[in-house]
Amino acid sequence: MMGKIRTPYLLLLPGFLFLFTFFILPIVNLAQTSTQTPIAGGDTGQYEQTLRFQNYIDAFIENREQFGRSFVYALIATVLALMISYPLAYAIAFKSGKYKNFLLVLVVAPFFTSFLLRTVAWKQILGEEGFVVPTLRSIGIISESTTLTSTAFAVVMGMTYNFLPFMTLPLYASIDRIDPRTLEASGDLYANAFTTFRKVTLPLSMPGVVAGTLLTFIPAAGDYVNAAILGSPNTKMIGNVIESRYFKIVDYPTAAALSFTLMAAILILVTLYIRKAGTEELV
Amino acid sequence: MSKKSVDATIPTIPLTARFQRWFGRNLIRVYMVLAFTYLFIPVAYTFAFSFNDSGKSNLIWKGFTLDNWKNPCGAPEVCTALANSIKIGLLATIFSTILGTMIAFAIGRHKFKGRSTSNLLIFLPMATPEIVLGASLLSLFLVFKINPGFWPTVIAHVMFCISFVVVTVKARIASLDPRLEQAAMDLYANEFQTFRRVTLPLVAPGIAGAALLAFSLSFDDFIITNFNSGTVTTFPKFVYTAAARGIPAQANVIGSGMFFLALAIVIAGQFVNRRKAR
Repeated sequence: MMGKIRTPYLLLLPGFLFLFTFFILPIVNLAQTSTQTPIAGGDTGQYEQTLRFQNYIDAFIENREQFGRSFVYALIATVLALMISYPLAYAIAFKSGKYKNFLLVLVVAPFFTSFLLRTVAWKQILGEEGFVVPTLRSIGIISESTTLTSTAFAVVMGMTYNFLPFMTLPLYASIDRIDPRTLEASGDLYANAFTTFRKVTLPLSMPGVVAGTLLTFIPAAGDYVNAAILGSPNTKMIGNVIESRYFKIVDYPTAAALSFTLMAAILILVTLYIRKAGTEELV
Repeated sequence: MSKKSVDATIPTIPLTARFQRWFGRNLIRVYMVLAFTYLFIPVAYTFAFSFNDSGKSNLIWKGFTLDNWKNPCGAPEVCTALANSIKIGLLATIFSTILGTMIAFAIGRHKFKGRSTSNLLIFLPMATPEIVLGASLLSLFLVFKINPGFWPTVIAHVMFCISFVVVTVKARIASLDPRLEQAAMDLYANEFQTFRRVTLPLVAPGIAGAALLAFSLSFDDFIITNFNSGTVTTFPKFVYTAAARGIPAQANVIGSGMFFLALAIVIAGQFVNRRKAR
């Protein structure tokens, strides 16, 4: 019977060895890098191992604005995505009849054109040569000098758009699992449509809401592509800072400290959120 | 009821009220049309501008042409980037599907000490922002004096794809009816035969789905790739770099081509499933 006990471990071994080497080890290494200091008199990009935790405080104070922006933008994008996706997922699950599978394919389909191409497409649609700005100007919704690109609006809109399927699919999965008879029962017990939604549909779809918001919020908070393409220097997020610290300034310790702070902040938020929302299904 | 009789019986309902009633009844349909329009605007834009006779920068509509579709490799580097993306995607898909499927079977089929820790280890890479994954892996490569490039990118992609493969395959394993395997055992199939003739074919669609997911995640990845690929250009990297000075219409051709190809694969997959169900 020894073989049976060993089987799962043998199956896990190669994958976990891989994840240990290329996920855990890098994170540990990142933690080490984050407290390094520049070698006195050395070239740019040369650091020695110290335990300078002040790096964290310096990095945070210097970039608190971008940190705040990352979390605010990601939060707004997540809420918008939830508001757009919930009725859509509900309609596909309950109101689409035989077109259900077809509509699901349609939700994922835009995903198949490259993420970068879609973001650049938004930049051009919302840009000066696109059709949106001249139309809005001619009907007087925005003034002649107002632009839509290089604004926080464009960045948040791009994030909402790009991460939308991550919200819609888990929502659909959990709404589709709801037995329609529970909704009928609620109606039979004299609940109106709103009460039925609040007391029956929404609680039953909570696992989808939790999964969807996490799958949207986490990549959105660490994203820098939308801010780089659709934004301006005034909409820089923490991802942009980490990227430029790495590639343009070769300031590895600060980049590492910022990455670590971002990861810790997200993990804490996620843990609190899962506790509060009361689903452990994900982990 | 014909329109005329409606008018005859309730002639006092004004147009706006009638519109409100129609709107109320069709609210969900109106909403779905709007939502899907929003989803497809950039796709339609990308597709339309793949026919633009644009020259170097594809910003303004200058006239219709089929040249870009006839010669998708016409712009410099665009096909090198595409080839790199496909190579990296295929390698990452093969390795992550094998490793992830093994883990999924271990977790989905066995009770063992450390199972919840294993689940946590699978969840963590998905809960970590891409930029942290990319940056930390690059730091590790730098420590070991490994230059970023093709293979570091493949390794990075395998790393972030594994978790998604595990989750997808595990879901399929969980939905299996255990009685099918019991039946095979009752019919004197040994453990290996049961696995090969019953379990594996039943899990196969899940594995295929996971492989497709892994490929599309790898193909579309920009952030992790940007950190670990050095001078190797992938398709998303090409678009990002070109975005500053205008993207050649050939990139739109490739993007649209990928869109239709993937759509065809998904629809064909559903067709096969429906046939099997019959």
